[in-house]
Amino acid sequence: MNRKVLIPIASIIVFIGFVLLKLDWDGADRTHELWEALEVTAGGFLTLMIFSFLYKDNAFYKFAEHLYVGISAAYWMCVGFWSNLAQQAIPHLSQSLSEALGQPFLGYIWHYWIPVALGLILLTRLLPESMKIGWISKWTLAFIVASTAGLFITANLQANFIAQIASTMSLPLLPDWTGFGDFLSNFDLSYEGQFVKMFSNWVIIIGVISGLVYFFFSKEHTGWFGRVSRLGIWVLMVTFGAAFGYTVMGRVSLLVGRLTFLFRDWAGVIG
Amino acid sequence: MNYYTEKITRALLPANATALLVALLLACATLNVSAQESVVEEDAVGSALVAPVGVSSVTASDAPNDAGRAVVVTFVPAPVPQSEDQALTLSYEIHRALSQDGPWKKVGAMPSDTTAIMTFKDAGGRDTTSSDYFPTETDLYYRVRSMTVDTALFAESEIAGPVQGIGQWWNSGRSPVFWFVLFFTILTLVFLNVARKRGDSLYIRPLAGIDAVDEAIGRATEMGKPILYVLGLGTASDIATIASFTILGRVSRKVAEYQTDVIVPCYDPIVFTIAQETVRSGYMDAGRPDAYRDEQVYFVTQAQFAYVAAVNGTILRERPATNIYLGKFFAESLILAETGAIAGSIQIAGTDEIAQLPFFVVACDYTLIGEELYAASAYLGREPLLLGALKAQDYAKAVIVVLAIIGVIMTSMGYEWFAEAFKVVG
Repeated sequence: MNRKVLIPIASIIVFIGFVLLKLDWDGADRTHELWEALEVTAGGFLTLMIFSFLYKDNAFYKFAEHLYVGISAAYWMCVGFWSNLAQQAIPHLSQSLSEALGQPFLGYIWHYWIPVALGLILLTRLLPESMKIGWISKWTLAFIVASTAGLFITANLQANFIAQIASTMSLPLLPDWTGFGDFLSNFDLSYEGQFVKMFSNWVIIIGVISGLVYFFFSKEHTGWFGRVSRLGIWVLMVTFGAAFGYTVMGRVSLLVGRLTFLFRDWAGVIG
Repeated sequence: MNYYTEKITRALLPANATALLVALLLACATLNVSAQESVVEEDAVGSALVAPVGVSSVTASDAPNDAGRAVVVTFVPAPVPQSEDQALTLSYEIHRALSQDGPWKKVGAMPSDTTAIMTFKDAGGRDTTSSDYFPTETDLYYRVRSMTVDTALFAESEIAGPVQGIGQWWNSGRSPVFWFVLFFTILTLVFLNVARKRGDSLYIRPLAGIDAVDEAIGRATEMGKPILYVLGLGTASDIATIASFTILGRVSRKVAEYQTDVIVPCYDPIVFTIAQETVRSGYMDAGRPDAYRDEQVYFVTQAQFAYVAAVNGTILRERPATNIYLGKFFAESLILAETGAIAGSIQIAGTDEIAQLPFFVVACDYTLIGEELYAASAYLGREPLLLGALKAQDYAKAVIVVLAIIGVIMTSMGYEWFAEAFKVVG
């Protein structure tokens, strides 16, 4: 028998076997038990199929990939239709359509026609090229890009720029300073100590300034400017290192979650 | 013996016998009434507590720097009970009405945990059907109810008002943003003018990642393999995605010139549409519109990891010579970059997502960090508009560095008003 036929058939037999093993034969609600066994076994199989990518690209991975992409694309299309058109646009445009879709009519608002019109204009791309009307779709694209870019200018400036600078400015070089004698007599290396506070402030101030110098593109990074810029990239790399370690820990916990599903929920080898 | 009985008895004790008798009778009568009252109160509330003293100095004023949908209520909290029979105030309920006679609506509550002046912001929305509706430019009245452990035992404050929520045209809390935008716009216009006059002679320092793009396209041509261009998970409104479109335009033009192939799998439908237009324009600019195929740019799905699975599959099956990841990336960054590394592709990445940059740095050959991605589009395009904006950004940064140094020195000297002037509120 052809290998391309044998492998799927064998896989289906193994899958059914696992479902039967998972099935609780003494359960009261047989239908529910069967669905639960199918669900958990499918989850386990698909997890292993995706993990098989670690070995190399193979038919099982392709199957899981295509299933995942197909289902998710269809799901998000439905979500897009119901959350945008059915629940937001139509309830403000047409009572009969709202009722047909089982949505309450929220009152006619004329300006809801604007996004609908822009959406329809976008679809002109799908018309045959011989009609020479597809160029109108660029209006919608231009509207989306320009309006959102304009809207985000102030938000980005506020969140990423001014807030950062204002926070840096409010850091004193010598926090709680009452004199060199007091500093030495109360010298403390704890987190709340004056020395650590001072050190932190200096690191932040120097880090922000040197980081900004690194992102200066109008001057060649040579001489003292280059040295400050190099310090800036060092600061960035140290930050990235810390973020890397932190995120890897998060990813390990995701792996643990998936393994827990495999060994506890599916295989049942751990309690 | 309660307070009143004691007072009456003491007052009458020095009088004559008749008066004493009358006083005794009165005292007995009072005791009897008092006992009956106590019983009633105990039956009703379980203790002989009396209502607390209410809050004082209630004021209501229009909230500043808003659209007229908020009022600020301030009051002095209730004093600590002076006697054991006075109920303890546990919380305050803030009530609002359209007239002094009510009906009153509870709009919020605050715990009674301080003796300092308390402030409550009554804010709402414009939707008249919502319970959160706040009427703007309408007379409103407020009162504060001091609540005790027993919901029937409370004290009302005096009524404050009328007050109206009035919208302001100018949000003074965000003035720094306005001044920065104005300053930046002027700077951009100045440098746009300079860039138009001086053209390509404006200096921009080399960006290794972008210099490698041409080399990578050449490599792909020699190997006869395609280039994979990933725009990330951003939408068309993300600055990183917009910057990536400019670079995609340049890459597709080069790809068309070198007669190689580019694959652009997209996550967002709008991004997909723009990417298709960008690549098509690139091929047209190169004079090879016939070489463009719609299938080169395709929509995958809007599910993050399904998209990653599909792109990973493409990387392993097509084995592209170069993978370019420029745009907005999230948890998928390392998965994509690792797969690309396994496939042996040259990888160029760039994003403004700080959390993802470490992964690109370790797994890719070249990484554009944050603003380098925005600069890359100007560096490649050399268009006056982009060059002018980049120069304006640079000089804005220089001004900011100077301001930051001045600010730190001023704060260190105790002049904190300087740093406060840059803080955005609201």
